Amino acid sequence: MTSLFLLQLLNGAQFGILLFLVAAGLTLVFGIMDFINLAHGVLYMVGAYLMAMFAALTGSFWLGLALSLPATLALGLVLEVTVFRKLYDRPHLDQVLATFGLVLMLSEGVKILWGAAPLSVAMPEALSASIPLIGPMRYPVYRVAVIVAGLVVAAGLWWLIARTRAGMLLRAGASNRAMVSALGVDIGRLFLVVFAFGAMLAGFAGALVSPILSVDPGMGDQILILTFVVIVIGGVGSIRGAFVGALLVGIIDTVGRIFGPIWLKAIMDPAAAAQAGRTLAPMLVYLLMAAVLSWRPAGLFGKAVVK
Amino acid sequence: MSVLSSLQRRPEPSLQAAFALFALMALLPPVVVSLGDPFLIVVGTRMLVFAIAALSLDLILGYGALVSFGHAAYLGLGAYAVGVMMRWGIDDLILQILAALAVALPFAAVTGAISLRTRGIYFIMITLAFGQMAYFFFVSLSSLGGDDGMALDHRSTLLGAPVMASDAGLYYTTLVVLILTFVGLWTVTRSRFGRVLVGTRESALRMQAIGFRPLPYQLAAYLISAGTCAVAGVFLANQALYVSPAYMSWQRSGELIVMVILGGIGNLAGAIAGALVTIGLEEGLARFSDHWRLGFGLILVLVVLYSPGGVTGLIRRLTGRTGA
Amino acid sequence: MFRNLAHVGLLFASVSAAPLMAQAEPVKIGVLVTLSGPPAVLGEHARDGALLAAKALGNKVGGLDAEIIVVDAEGKPDVAAQKARELVEAQGADFVIGPIFSNVMGAIAGPVTSAGAFLLSPNAGPSTFAGKDCNENIFVVSYQNDQMPKVLAESMNKQGVANAFIMAPNYQAGKDSLNGFKQQFKGEVAGELYVPLGQLDFSAELAQVAATQPAAVYAFMPGGMGVNLVKQWAQAGLSNIPLMSAFTVDETTLPAEKDAALGMLTGSNWAPDLDAPGNAEFVKAFEDAYGRVPSLYAVGGYDAMMLIDSAVKTVGNTEDKAALRAALKAAEFQSLRGKFAFSSNHFPIQDFYLTKAVKRDDGVFQTSVVEKVFADYADAYVGECPMK
Repeated sequence: MTSLFLLQLLNGAQFGILLFLVAAGLTLVFGIMDFINLAHGVLYMVGAYLMAMFAALTGSFWLGLALSLPATLALGLVLEVTVFRKLYDRPHLDQVLATFGLVLMLSEGVKILWGAAPLSVAMPEALSASIPLIGPMRYPVYRVAVIVAGLVVAAGLWWLIARTRAGMLLRAGASNRAMVSALGVDIGRLFLVVFAFGAMLAGFAGALVSPILSVDPGMGDQILILTFVVIVIGGVGSIRGAFVGALLVGIIDTVGRIFGPIWLKAIMDPAAAAQAGRTLAPMLVYLLMAAVLSWRPAGLFGKAVVK
Repeated sequence: MSVLSSLQRRPEPSLQAAFALFALMALLPPVVVSLGDPFLIVVGTRMLVFAIAALSLDLILGYGALVSFGHAAYLGLGAYAVGVMMRWGIDDLILQILAALAVALPFAAVTGAISLRTRGIYFIMITLAFGQMAYFFFVSLSSLGGDDGMALDHRSTLLGAPVMASDAGLYYTTLVVLILTFVGLWTVTRSRFGRVLVGTRESALRMQAIGFRPLPYQLAAYLISAGTCAVAGVFLANQALYVSPAYMSWQRSGELIVMVILGGIGNLAGAIAGALVTIGLEEGLARFSDHWRLGFGLILVLVVLYSPGGVTGLIRRLTGRTGA
Repeated sequence: MFRNLAHVGLLFASVSAAPLMAQAEPVKIGVLVTLSGPPAVLGEHARDGALLAAKALGNKVGGLDAEIIVVDAEGKPDVAAQKARELVEAQGADFVIGPIFSNVMGAIAGPVTSAGAFLLSPNAGPSTFAGKDCNENIFVVSYQNDQMPKVLAESMNKQGVANAFIMAPNYQAGKDSLNGFKQQFKGEVAGELYVPLGQLDFSAELAQVAATQPAAVYAFMPGGMGVNLVKQWAQAGLSNIPLMSAFTVDETTLPAEKDAALGMLTGSNWAPDLDAPGNAEFVKAFEDAYGRVPSLYAVGGYDAMMLIDSAVKTVGNTEDKAALRAALKAAEFQSLRGKFAFSSNHFPIQDFYLTKAVKRDDGVFQTSVVEKVFADYADAYVGECPMK
């Protein structure tokens, strides 16, 4: 049982890192540009679809990945210049409406271009083995690669924001846009870069998960809500918060839904425990968020919202 | 300031707009019948139901800057109240409305008290969380059909009379409820209570400085909003003759928010217009193409970019130019 | 885009092909299936099957011109209820083919039947409509939802499987599926897992299975969830445990699952290589017209249209509802599944098979018949239905 628990902990952490990859881009955009981007989920989905398309065209996973990154970056640039640029100074609700409209357009566009049936992306040969863990349980090498990729991205983002000049500009721009602009920095270009980079991160996450998760027109919606939950738990604008929040969500969700009924059996009869476990399982993430927000209304690492 | 006293002076444009809309909606049934398409009355009823829901959300979103992303839960709770009451053999509309309030208000009180400790995006997400919890709870409730839902085989009766049995009867009953809701919310927003709410939206700090605690006002507004939305749910159950957890999904909550913003926030007539336009576009565009969502999304983006303030902003600009 | 042109074309063709003699109103048939959102592909298959049948009949049913109106249920029951009313009241549909999903069925059954039209389900077969809520105007052409899991349970019984791990999503259809399985399975249930709807990552559940090491696993995981489960199954090193599933490995999900699904076993009432009259021609025509292998959802749509054709042909008009009902009940049409008849509750009596995912020579994936599991299998709820 302990070995199973540890394995589930690992599964939870891996799922959390997957969520972090998607959430990182969103929290950057929201934190630095104060922009609510509901279209983040579809950018993730478009990344996965582009990956599927390029992988099928080139016949190679790696080439597909290499091509889908600049493609998603380009899409991010186009969206920023045509739509998002005009919305930075608008109230949040206008941003919500506009990005909601974009979600409808991009989702329908994906369905028109690629059809409604789920697509497949082949796992790369090099990463398709599985390593034995304890007893009969094995762990796929690809998921280890995902964990590594997530940790690299997390470290890279931290270094970028905390240790480089560009990162310093980003942090300064988040605190006081006018002052940074007055000091001669082109804020518009800064935001363009941040947004496009955030879009590329989302697309990269989508491309990365495409061999293990279904690439279908609903994948954006599912991940969007979870991503917002993660950044809210972590505190908006904080990469560290997104990382911790994602891990928390992944672990609590995974361990909770598997072990919840088992633990509940200690205090209720088996049938009621099973029923309670099943009812609570999808709510765990939301209960976690409600609990965190009751204790820290601005998330774990977020700045308090002063009115 | 009551509606009557407003009407005795030169009415505000918002009040004029609202009554113009009501007049239009009152004329809809005879017009579509004469055009040979009586089914549009059913579509119109759906518009009225969502107009009530949008009005309820506008109270807290527009006047209180509290964006509730779980508001569809109240729509669903109202609908389930009808379903359960009908199962127990109670068909009376008034009793069903009371039951809807009896379920929605406690839920709103608890979730509101917790949610109002947060602000901004955090408030949005925690209301979403409660909405999702309600959704998953009803999905797992097999005795009420779970996600298969419950079909209703007849509509509610009013004091024993099957007033709503016909489509036109349901339509006009819903319209009356919409007008009453509008009048009620108008009075609330123009009252001292409403002014404190708006003041809290602008600056909670200043309101506290002059001696108002924001929380009781916000919570009261939240309760009024939730109760009104539950009443809308009662009529949704009657319009579709069906009750399901799908009414509570976060996508539905998102649609409500879209309606309010599209119509123009902080403007009760705008909320009604937003609901009418949204459902009108959804129904109308779908008749042209299977890919209507592409066009609908484009319209939303264009409205935001070129008409801040939504539909009412657009109308204000047009009527402003013509000097009305 | 091509779909819309096809619909418009069908409408024009059916109208302009009106014979010179005094013509009755065309037979109006609504197709109300979910065409948007993640499960849209199922609705598309059913719609395409129905339209293919109409084309094969020359856009006529029973010799009368047919007007087919395709409507998207959007997966939203209240929207579907309104659209169903519009189909039968405003547009005068005599027959409605639909829905795909059980929850939509609950919403549209009332509106369609109370207007006097007939509802033919190409897929949804909830137990309530087989039992106490059975309706003389509803005919389910596909199967009753419990029957598929029972096929797999019986297969496991035949193979002497001692214990099985079972899982399904935590919603009504999932619960029905696992209950159906448990009623038929003679072995021991080693573990039972309900997975939250829409779950993406099954690594936790698969770890449970690996830890339990059951003799076999039964899963009901529709749509995208099924694709995820199958793709992650082999990666979790579980290839030594047979995964037997329902609605998880079929022609709508195989294009995404590909090699990961190879050899996996499913229960079904049909497969593209089933030896039934007209089946091979249907599969070829479907592939030529739509570029993908048909699934049992497409068969549901096709058979529903053929059933309508046979009924209208027998009666000669669409006014005599009692005669139409009797003709529908008689089901004198050639089903793509071979033998087909209705029980007294208007659910089918048909054969069920164990099928397997295979790869054709041209690299395309489909299911293939392994063996027959049940012959002339009726559903378990006939006794609860008041109709006799």
